[in-house]
Amino acid sequence: MTRILTHLERLEAESIHIMREVVAESERPVMLYSVGKDSAVMLHLARKAFYPSPPPFPLLHVDTTWKFQDMYKLRDQMAKESGMELLVYQNQEAKDRGINPFDHGPLHTDMWKTEGLKMALDHYGFDAAFGGARRDEEKSRAKERIFSFRTATHGWDPKNQRPELWNLYNARKTKGESIRIFPISNWTELDIWQYIHLNDIPIVPLYFSAKRPTYEYQGQIFMADDIERLERVMGKRPEITERSIRFRTLGCFPLTGAVESNATTLPEVIQEMLLTTTSERQGRVIDKDGGDASMEKKKQEGYF
Amino acid sequence: MSEADTIYKTDALIAEDIDAYLETHQHKSLLRFITCGSVDDGKSTLIGRLLYDSKMIFEDQLEALQADSKRVGTQGQEIDFALLVDGLAAEREQGITIDVAYRFFATEKRKFIVADCPGHEQYTRNMVTGASTADLAILLVDARKGVIVQTRRHAYLAHLIGVKNIVLAVNKMDLIDYDQDRYNAICDDFRAFVREAGISENFTSIPISGLAGDNITSRSANTPWYGGTTLMEHLETVELNNTDEQNKAFRLPVQWVNRPNLDFRGFSGLISTGSVKPGDAIRVLPSGKTSTVTKIVTLEGELEEAVAGQSVTVCFADEVDCSRGNVIATADNPPEVSDQFETTIVWMDDDPLHVGRSYWLKLGTQMVSATVQQPKYTVNVNTMEHLAAKTLELNAIGIAEIATDKPIVFEPYTKSRALGGFILIDKITNRTVGAGMLHFSLRRAQNVHWQATDIGREEHANLKNQKPRVLWFTGLSGSGKSTIANEVEKRLNLMNRHTFLLDGDNVRHGLNKDLGFTEADRIENIRRVGEVAKLMTDAGLIVLTAFISPFRAERDMVRAMMPEGEFVEIFVDTPLEVAEERDVKGLYKKARSGALKNFTGIDSPYEAPLNPEIRVNTVEMTAAEAAEHIIRLLMPLK
Repeated sequence: MTRILTHLERLEAESIHIMREVVAESERPVMLYSVGKDSAVMLHLARKAFYPSPPPFPLLHVDTTWKFQDMYKLRDQMAKESGMELLVYQNQEAKDRGINPFDHGPLHTDMWKTEGLKMALDHYGFDAAFGGARRDEEKSRAKERIFSFRTATHGWDPKNQRPELWNLYNARKTKGESIRIFPISNWTELDIWQYIHLNDIPIVPLYFSAKRPTYEYQGQIFMADDIERLERVMGKRPEITERSIRFRTLGCFPLTGAVESNATTLPEVIQEMLLTTTSERQGRVIDKDGGDASMEKKKQEGYF
Repeated sequence: MSEADTIYKTDALIAEDIDAYLETHQHKSLLRFITCGSVDDGKSTLIGRLLYDSKMIFEDQLEALQADSKRVGTQGQEIDFALLVDGLAAEREQGITIDVAYRFFATEKRKFIVADCPGHEQYTRNMVTGASTADLAILLVDARKGVIVQTRRHAYLAHLIGVKNIVLAVNKMDLIDYDQDRYNAICDDFRAFVREAGISENFTSIPISGLAGDNITSRSANTPWYGGTTLMEHLETVELNNTDEQNKAFRLPVQWVNRPNLDFRGFSGLISTGSVKPGDAIRVLPSGKTSTVTKIVTLEGELEEAVAGQSVTVCFADEVDCSRGNVIATADNPPEVSDQFETTIVWMDDDPLHVGRSYWLKLGTQMVSATVQQPKYTVNVNTMEHLAAKTLELNAIGIAEIATDKPIVFEPYTKSRALGGFILIDKITNRTVGAGMLHFSLRRAQNVHWQATDIGREEHANLKNQKPRVLWFTGLSGSGKSTIANEVEKRLNLMNRHTFLLDGDNVRHGLNKDLGFTEADRIENIRRVGEVAKLMTDAGLIVLTAFISPFRAERDMVRAMMPEGEFVEIFVDTPLEVAEERDVKGLYKKARSGALKNFTGIDSPYEAPLNPEIRVNTVEMTAAEAAEHIIRLLMPLK
């Protein structure tokens, strides 16, 4: 008897297949875990792929110290639940120099995330890192392979990517090279939400609307997750207004714009996403600095 | 953007009953397709249009698009949809697409993954890459230009890689005033090509305009003469491949052995074909060991059945050896195991194929060392001509034999993409240098390694100033094979050609003295002679063989061992009554009396050649005349 697999079943099978290939063919894999919804799905898929074993690799959180408190909470909880080792890496230099999103602009992302990631991978000697990027997120991602090779200096050469045929992945690398693997490349934002909904996957509560303290900055609404710290860095206490807000994407709290919303359940969140007219990365400042080819340029420099 | 345009997202249902909406969308299927076309055929515009019409473009993207369109677009003040998909900065500067890009959209019925493949010649590898996972290919044709060389190339490549459905999208209909005759002429043209090239896939043609939106998601008023479906309807309703895969025999290439503790041992992988249930008898390849499936384990509980396309972990009743690279198969219908194959290879690297060099070959979850022989020929993808070649350059497609250092589990590509498709990896640079498709095993796996040598058959033959060949004489006992072969050899010798005659009776005194005359022994006799003849042609010789060789299959087996054109089947056509009357060795008499068993023509069949290269009739010709006739037909000898 035949049955047609649904699109989510096919995507799930593909992602699990990718993860098993990486584990079988690399020496020291790691899963980059950013605590967002994509990471949540990726972690769930990893648990499915290797069940009843725990996923045979650690979770790595490249921390900027500026994430939402709720994210840190869920991160620790999920690591415990999955039985995986959690590694948290913070770029010491960025810490020493007090790099922050207000005074240092793009340098904040560069030092904490781009440099932090490179340093973490070098520090632990990981040769393969899972990332939760999706091809529908951004134009240069659409052309990235599932197995994406980085030079010893973590650079990406878009014109020199290995062809990927069928479901055959070439994971062989030369000394010094490392691989970033994107097991959920072919998922869209809607797929992610539907999968979370179907499988009851725990996500950070910030994705759901609630009354939260907010302030406006350069025309966008932000959440005042740590008012004292904001005041210290901004030099003055921002004007706080309570609003019903939620987040479509999660990053550093001073860099992640909120949307006003009444969606308090997953179906409502999905409903809002479907009826909305702006793309999910719109709330992120990162794609805008550097103009048109911003993400492509960042990736060439080693950003995930 | 007008909200009325967004016909593929039922906003009303989303707004009114999100749970009902989610319920329908959880049951969507997935179709993967590729779009191919040359530069300027409007491929990016079409994809941009599909995304736009299925409302996958958000306002902020649209704003950026409008700004970009005015700045760098090619459509004046109009929206340039192509800018939506031309992702890399380098491409936007050059106005072309340089790499495969994947796009996503969904309608009520399906989710779609589109591989956008660039059309220029140097990117054949990208198209093959995109097509390898596709269920369907859209070939875009500019209505003003019709079917061009690139269209043929794309159709051929889609066919080669086994894409089941082809859509000929005749684009830019607006620029030819929706001319029906012109459209029909283009379709006829393509149909003729498809027939000629032997492309048998389902093919549909649709007149469209990506720019104006004709017949993309709604039937166009500009083409009242067109009665078919819109492009989107076609994509939504075309039959999916993955159900076919479930009807084939069960295959599970093992990726990873799951062993969390001493009490659990499971085998994880993606089911490539068929289905499996607890209680099924399975066989592990290549070892051939059998066991029974006890359970199919997942995080959400055990499954009653799993089908092709699912990633699972299965457990066995017995402690059977099984590791990564093995294939778990249904016990009574396992796949083959071999180490030598005929293949089609697409070369994907700037550094050409090095014949005889050892590459990594990855097939399913198996990774072995492999050497590629000199290609038998390459295919000119524009004309479909077969060309002689010593190697494979970037984007070349060639037919070549491959030998692996140990036997691998495989199936012909036409039966299974997962067990018939492979990639070749350079051992030094680790780049994926080629991709290929296995067609069949050349010989029974014997664990014999192929030694690449510097002086090959071509060097040997050049020195002898001749083209090596096997002149394979076949016919009844007493038909005159040995006599005529002898006459032919004498003449070749006088012409300064290097020859060797393998005679049936003589070979049975030495090489084959262990063989009798049963059917199996006769087959083995011919196989050995074929191998010897092949070695001799490798040495540059013209080999003459005189064997009854009564079975077509064995003669064809020997033919398949040789490069094309080197096997010359010569049918010594003598009727049974004539041969029996001659009875030079008195064998017919013995056979008739029952003293000799399995005698060809008496109590064992002779299958006459259906289409021999040369036929000689010994009733009408003497042995000398027959020899002259053969020599004439063999010319030129170089």
